[in-house]
Amino acid sequence: MSLETGNPANVPPLEIHDLTVAYRNKPVLWGIDLVAPAGKLIGIVGPNGAGKSTLIKACMGLLPCSSGWVTAFGRPVTQSLKRVGYVPQRESVDWDFPVSVMDVVLMGRYGRIGLFKRPSPEDRRIARDCLEQVQMLPFAERQISNLSGGQQQRVFLARALAQESDLYFMDEPFTGVDAATESAIIALLQGLRSRGKTILVVHHDLPTARTYFDWLLLLNMRVVAFGPTEEVFTPDLLQKTYGGRLTILSEVAEAVRGQGTLT
Amino acid sequence: MGLGCAVLLASAFSAQAAKIGDLTQTRWTEQAWRFVTLSDPVVRYACLGTLLLGISCGLLGSFLVVRRMALLGDALSHAVLPGVALGFLWNLEKDPLAIFIGALLAGLAGSATVSILTRTTRLKEDTALGMVLASFFGLGLCLMSMFQRLPTGNKSGIETFLFGQAAALGPGDIQVMGAVTLVVVGLLGLGYKEFLLVSFDPGFARVLALPTVWFERLLVMLLAFAVVSALQAVGVVLVSAMLIIPAATASLLTDRFHRVLVWSSCLGMISGLSGAFLSFLGTRLPTGPFMVLSASLLFALALLFSPRQGIVPRWYRQRSQRVRIERENTLKAIYQVLESDGFASETITVAALTARRRLALAAVEAEIRSLVAVEFATASRDRVALTPSGWLRACAIVRNHRLWELYLTHAAQIAPDHVHDDAEKIEHVLGEAMVRELERRLPRIDTDPHGRPIPSLPASMAGAHLGAGGAGDRPVGYGGRT
Repeated sequence: MSLETGNPANVPPLEIHDLTVAYRNKPVLWGIDLVAPAGKLIGIVGPNGAGKSTLIKACMGLLPCSSGWVTAFGRPVTQSLKRVGYVPQRESVDWDFPVSVMDVVLMGRYGRIGLFKRPSPEDRRIARDCLEQVQMLPFAERQISNLSGGQQQRVFLARALAQESDLYFMDEPFTGVDAATESAIIALLQGLRSRGKTILVVHHDLPTARTYFDWLLLLNMRVVAFGPTEEVFTPDLLQKTYGGRLTILSEVAEAVRGQGTLT
Repeated sequence: MGLGCAVLLASAFSAQAAKIGDLTQTRWTEQAWRFVTLSDPVVRYACLGTLLLGISCGLLGSFLVVRRMALLGDALSHAVLPGVALGFLWNLEKDPLAIFIGALLAGLAGSATVSILTRTTRLKEDTALGMVLASFFGLGLCLMSMFQRLPTGNKSGIETFLFGQAAALGPGDIQVMGAVTLVVVGLLGLGYKEFLLVSFDPGFARVLALPTVWFERLLVMLLAFAVVSALQAVGVVLVSAMLIIPAATASLLTDRFHRVLVWSSCLGMISGLSGAFLSFLGTRLPTGPFMVLSASLLFALALLFSPRQGIVPRWYRQRSQRVRIERENTLKAIYQVLESDGFASETITVAALTARRRLALAAVEAEIRSLVAVEFATASRDRVALTPSGWLRACAIVRNHRLWELYLTHAAQIAPDHVHDDAEKIEHVLGEAMVRELERRLPRIDTDPHGRPIPSLPASMAGAHLGAGGAGDRPVGYGGRT
């Protein structure tokens, strides 16, 4: 952990209070309340359109919130971004961009290097180390379009590792990844957790969610349940999460959009 | 679009225009000599100006191309025209600074309009860009034709902004262009890492607490700077080509962004200079079209000849690979004929080889000539013999074939009568490392699935990739043949 981690144990790595997020006036997340425990691997599951990606983007300030607040380590999240690591969805960038694998992983260091400074040999060493951890070091000088989907995902993971954060948000890091890579990644995440990091992972595969994660957030436009996997992974709660859309909530959302009362 | 209108206007203007070519009706060789000796200050300004615009447009164009925002350059360059016209109106003179400021404000107003339209309406960015491009350009043309009718003022030179006239560049223009290029190079150099990240993954940049929006704005600002400073030399209509084409050529040549930047600015300089030169040769030739033609010519050359992606090198690689495969097949056939009589003789007849290759006699004779040319074989009237290096190559290819058959039957559990066709292709592509791997994985490597012995090789000769012309460079004897 970094030196700034001198906060008392009772300050949670992530606290969300009454968060509502809207896309073009249409609410997609309603009144989210959540206090994430430290040093846990947390899965975010829910049906398509449940707002899983929206939630983590809003947490990092990438989307505007209609109401509510998010703190990381006791401070507004925009002030503690140095301690937040991010693995975006693989499709979010153009993989034909003329950069090498090493260039991308070094981007994880940019927050620490500071504005207008060049990466130091130490930054390069850390980047190489992170590539080694995801077994991508032999590909360091490849151009990124020459990678398979799973390799691209591992490059993003290495970039997040290079951030050396305490709280990680990962948006579907297992899409397009073969089974062997998936278990390698999960082992890596478990290693991070055992070093006290908190990791939130958007995941869409229910059967594996049960074995991968310590805690689960069942999400469907609102928090259905949040707790240790063995308490939350029950047929009853899963039915509540996946069993049809909450029709009233969707309809009200449409109505709100029509009136344009939320901005 | 307003292009036809622009042509009409330009021809109307050119009636009054004073150009270098008009003053001295000299022959083109003398003009060329004037250009290359740089004796004329007009030529010196033109060269300096086109070099500077090559750098700044090349650098910023690279960002447009990798970010898939090529249309923004087009929209911005057309949107500056009303600003140019108003800059003239300022004191009815061709004042570089007034025109620069006017054009800059118009360009920024154009890009602001695009961003407001995309944010507040359902319109997509390309639609907004197209609208802004056309309407600002139309406004600019109207203003310019109105000014043409004003009774006072020196209007000469305003039409150069449509198609560019490097010979009309003056010291004031060079100062503005130099300052712009300095600012562009300095800021991009200083913030290279930030501009790279903001272009590649803006979401991640925001999580790193980078002031993404400001870098975006700075980039548009620099783009407007570059476009406006290049106007005089290239013209409004074609300045976007000087942004896009050198950068597109550069991305054919390399796949690292810093190299794209360097290549793009070099190509921009070359196109600029040669455009200025060509337009200087004749009378009343606008610079912009010649610059763009030079840039396109360079692009075509890169498309044809760039080492990795060029059409000609790719065709050549494929052809030499075909030649190599044919040669290896002939070597293999010779080996098989030799094998069929238990290696009793050292030579085989051309007839036997023709039967084995199942080809016409003429084709086989051509193949033999090709083997002789690279010293893989020697031929007398109707017999062929392998040289030591040819023998080793033949052994290597047969070994690859039989090892692969063995691997398929052994490891992949494929029936022995299914593996031959596959091995016919694989034998030519197995590299040394792959052959080693096969040897490691197979329990015994003496006999192939059809019961024929697999030839062994000296350690240095495994693998098929020894180079097509590499005959005779290995001092080996008939060692493999025991």
